Amino acid sequence: MNNLVNLTIDGKTIQAESGKNLVDVAKQNGIYIPTLCYFRELNPLATCRICTVKVNGKDTTGCTVKVAEGMEIEVNSAELLDNRKAIIEMLYAEGNHFCPSCEKSGNCDMQNHAYDMGLTVTRYPHVFSDKIVDFTPKRMIMESNRCILCKRCVEEVKTNEGRDVFSFVQRGINTRVKIDYELEQQLSESEALRAMNLCPVGAILVKGMIQEQPFGERKYDLLGKDIKPVVKDNNLHKKDNEKFIVATTSLAGCFGCHMSLLDIDTDLLDILEIAEFNKSPLTDIKKFSKRCHIGLIEGGCSNSENVAVLKEFRKKCDILVGFGECAIMGGIPAMRNFVPLQECLEEAYLNGVTTEIGADVVPGHEDIPKLLNNVYPCNEVVKIDYYIPGCPPNAQHIWKVVKSILLGEEFSITHDEFKYD
Amino acid sequence: MVAVTKVDRSRLMDVIWDIQRKKRYIAHDDITKIAHEFNMSRMELEGVITFYHFYHRTHSGNFTIYLNDSIISQFAGRESVLKAFEEAIGVRLGNVTEDKMFGLFRTPCIGLSDQEPSCLINFRPFVDLTPEKVFDIISKLKAGKMPYEICDIPKSKIHYTPAKDRTVFFKPYKKFSSLSKLKDYEPEEVIDLVIKSKLTGRGGAFFPTGLKWQLCRRNKADVKYIICNADEGEPGTFKDRVLLQEHPELLIEGMIMAAYAVGASKGAIYLRAEYMYLKEPLEQLLAEYRKNGYLGKILNLKIPFDFEMYVHMGAGAYVCGEETALIHSMEGKRGEPGTREYFPVDKGYNGKPTVVNNVETLCAVPRILELGLDKYLTLGTDATPGTKLLSVSGDCTKRGMFEIEWGMKLRDFLDLIGAKNPEFILFNGFAGECLSSADFDREISGENLLAEHIKFDFKDPIEYARKMVGIGLRSGGSIMVFDKEKDLVEVLKNVADFFVAESCGICVPCRTGNFLLNKKINKIILGHAERQDLEDIKDWSKIIKTTSRCGLGKMSSTALNDAILKFPHVFEKRLSENTNFNQAFNLEDATADYDRIINEMTSDYE
Ligand SMILES: Cc1cc2nc3c(=O)[nH]c(=O)nc-3n(C[C@H](O)[C@H](O)[C@H](O)COP(=O)(O)O)c2cc1C
Ligand code: SF4
Ligand code: SF4
Repeated sequence: MNNLVNLTIDGKTIQAESGKNLVDVAKQNGIYIPTLCYFRELNPLATCRICTVKVNGKDTTGCTVKVAEGMEIEVNSAELLDNRKAIIEMLYAEGNHFCPSCEKSGNCDMQNHAYDMGLTVTRYPHVFSDKIVDFTPKRMIMESNRCILCKRCVEEVKTNEGRDVFSFVQRGINTRVKIDYELEQQLSESEALRAMNLCPVGAILVKGMIQEQPFGERKYDLLGKDIKPVVKDNNLHKKDNEKFIVATTSLAGCFGCHMSLLDIDTDLLDILEIAEFNKSPLTDIKKFSKRCHIGLIEGGCSNSENVAVLKEFRKKCDILVGFGECAIMGGIPAMRNFVPLQECLEEAYLNGVTTEIGADVVPGHEDIPKLLNNVYPCNEVVKIDYYIPGCPPNAQHIWKVVKSILLGEEFSITHDEFKYD
Repeated sequence: MVAVTKVDRSRLMDVIWDIQRKKRYIAHDDITKIAHEFNMSRMELEGVITFYHFYHRTHSGNFTIYLNDSIISQFAGRESVLKAFEEAIGVRLGNVTEDKMFGLFRTPCIGLSDQEPSCLINFRPFVDLTPEKVFDIISKLKAGKMPYEICDIPKSKIHYTPAKDRTVFFKPYKKFSSLSKLKDYEPEEVIDLVIKSKLTGRGGAFFPTGLKWQLCRRNKADVKYIICNADEGEPGTFKDRVLLQEHPELLIEGMIMAAYAVGASKGAIYLRAEYMYLKEPLEQLLAEYRKNGYLGKILNLKIPFDFEMYVHMGAGAYVCGEETALIHSMEGKRGEPGTREYFPVDKGYNGKPTVVNNVETLCAVPRILELGLDKYLTLGTDATPGTKLLSVSGDCTKRGMFEIEWGMKLRDFLDLIGAKNPEFILFNGFAGECLSSADFDREISGENLLAEHIKFDFKDPIEYARKMVGIGLRSGGSIMVFDKEKDLVEVLKNVADFFVAESCGICVPCRTGNFLLNKKINKIILGHAERQDLEDIKDWSKIIKTTSRCGLGKMSSTALNDAILKFPHVFEKRLSENTNFNQAFNLEDATADYDRIINEMTSDYE
């Protein structure tokens, strides 16, 4: 079957065998169409939608297109690129992805796409829906918080009699993948491992096998491109002869981001040439004594004091930068969003392993900040102008971003600087 | 790997229905048993059952009440009817009474928008509900009456048809008459007739019916299928119900003609569960056709052939109206739309060539044969000959069924239905457009449609009116009219809730995108939204539209975006100033849990 057809992809003329899968044809011709659920030509799943391209002006998923004579295909228009990024962002907003605590971090297809697209924050608010981690299966763990419903496991993992081990249940926003407990036990060791590796994210884990490649070089360490964020028009109000005034704070974070700030060592002296610090743990200035140009926020909002401080920063700073995952999406503290507040308090003060025997008081006093029902990412409380991702972001990176924002310069970040997992 | 044993799962939904009907829920043991019978895993079966909202995993009450919660019902007084139900049976919506006698649930539109508020009790219809009527129904049921003894028979309410010789659907029909005419036609000639009649799909996608049949005919296969899409899930639409009540014989004959034309030997009517009360009459009629030699071995045609058909019941999932989802559902799977790699005419039901057509489409075919092509082509407009059925509901004096010739101006139609002060219109259901007075001079037809690739990015309603005036309004079948007193945002909220509940969950832009849009609408309702939120809605809708797999995701935000364009003042007055603070975050709400817990705990320990 050597039936060649001519088509164009982003204006480039290409010859390919008729009926071949577009994603593969593009790849052979040096054009990359990102995919997440696609893994073999037979039976494309078309669930993740990120390979959406335009074929003769119509939007469709690249993985389901069979090339034909005269097709005009658009892959990398600004709109399509943004669509792709938007979908990855939505997947992050929909699931509960705490990459620092994920076994698949560094080997995760979705994370790799996110890096590749220069994703620092999602444009969508995080859904924080309650999803379970199912430890019941004998051999596997189903981590629904990370599942992106790509359907690979549903379609590919079967028992010898052809019965499904993984299935979709419910529908719409409540759709989940569940493991059949009985059939899961029938899988061989290697079949179970295959299921884990098949999952593009860290949702399927085989007990005892999850730290297979914990450190060192991982699948995606050497990949990635330079990422160029766009500097927005900023609201900086600074006179020429003035020094930049910087404020920082740590809300519901671990101070790790602030520790990272200090890691630039002696370069701090250079920074002090152009900037001075106002309210900040670094200076121990507790109250704003003047208006600031830039405020660096670590951590999200977990209690009423965090909210008050954040709002104060918004009022007193021209530009707010959220740095570190906790400021961006709640981070580790937001893991409590799936546990009722009452249970959190009881665990902390009454029943926890570290509480004193006989402890029977949950402290409550008007001077104690009130815990919020959830941990909120900063941008759900006030407008945040820039984000620096990382857990924590590295020092050089933070200052490079801050300097560039202050000087209004465009800058590019190398992949190494940007990767934190 | 051992060869996968294929089990015919087309009966699966019926088996589940049987248990649901008898036992009122599907128990753990039932799942084990059925899963074994159909060689599926328990979890896969669980996935099928939980996809359809009329299947229950816990007891749904000996009398299961489904109250329609669509906006038309709300404006017709649903709130007081709901209160009456809750009071009469003693539990809140979504619950079952302790003695398991009654269960009360919500469901989207049940195809009775012209007689709201309405509900189904054990799938029997009760219409024009009032609190008094509700108390009466419940006391009768408590006294031992059965729903089928006291239910209503939904009225057809056909308010208008063209002059008799120009009417296509709603006029007397003599059973078998077009089938006897079929004796003079070769299958290709039937296809030729349908092509020439320019009949296009009436299920909303307007695919040329003749072409669909021709494509299917060309595909060689040992068995082909004709499926009638009677899922009619689009809120506000009830034309298919009226056709099934008034002229089921047209549908059956249309299907036989389709089967004859494409060479199909099997057929099915996929009937939405909400229309369960139409199943028996349909089956009786099928028996009559069988008795008269028009089903089974059909000999009295030019070329004799075998054709058998049955009624397949849905189980509550709007998305199953999408033809590939419908096929999956018939195969006993979750009703998820397919990947679009193939069309049903190539690989449809059980992987065989399949024609899926809407009820109205199929009913038109015997009439075209009866009227004759020449006469038929004088009806309606050039691009869309014939007539169109429109389901009318909302703020007008004549709610019900209208058969009009294509080409009527919307303004004239609004007069015809007695819409005195139409402010906005949901045209083609929730998945359709939101029309304003800027559209009133457009005609209802398929004339001058915009080519697929032309998409205007309108800046304001005036520009919209200028560019769109000559362009036909191609109607799928429903018109919901709302006057000035109705709150547009409340309507849009109902639409958004519907799509969140009905998304199948395959595509993230649809399942979560619609959820996020819904949150934005909440923000608007609460007065927390800023201009940026409207911009977000527009941008996000575009992404959902372009990247979703099926029509549900592609259309779910159309009305919302139309409304923002055409009724800017409605949104304007609800926006708050652009600020650097997120108005939706409310410290008091966010600390309410804490205050309550601390209060309770401190008093506990004192
Ligand atoms: C979400 C969705 C719901 C649909 N619901 C229906 C329906 O209830 N009835 C129907 O006839 N077509 C429905 N359709 C259209 C069908 O996919 C299909 O186009 C139609 O049944 C084909 O028949 P026709 O060509 O006769 O219109 C729906 C489409 C989508 C995307
Ligand atoms: S568990 Fe993994 S493979 Fe299965 S659907 Fe979820 S993300 Fe995909
Ligand atoms: S667009 Fe929505 S309903 Fe359609 S396939 Fe995708 S998730 Fe399902």
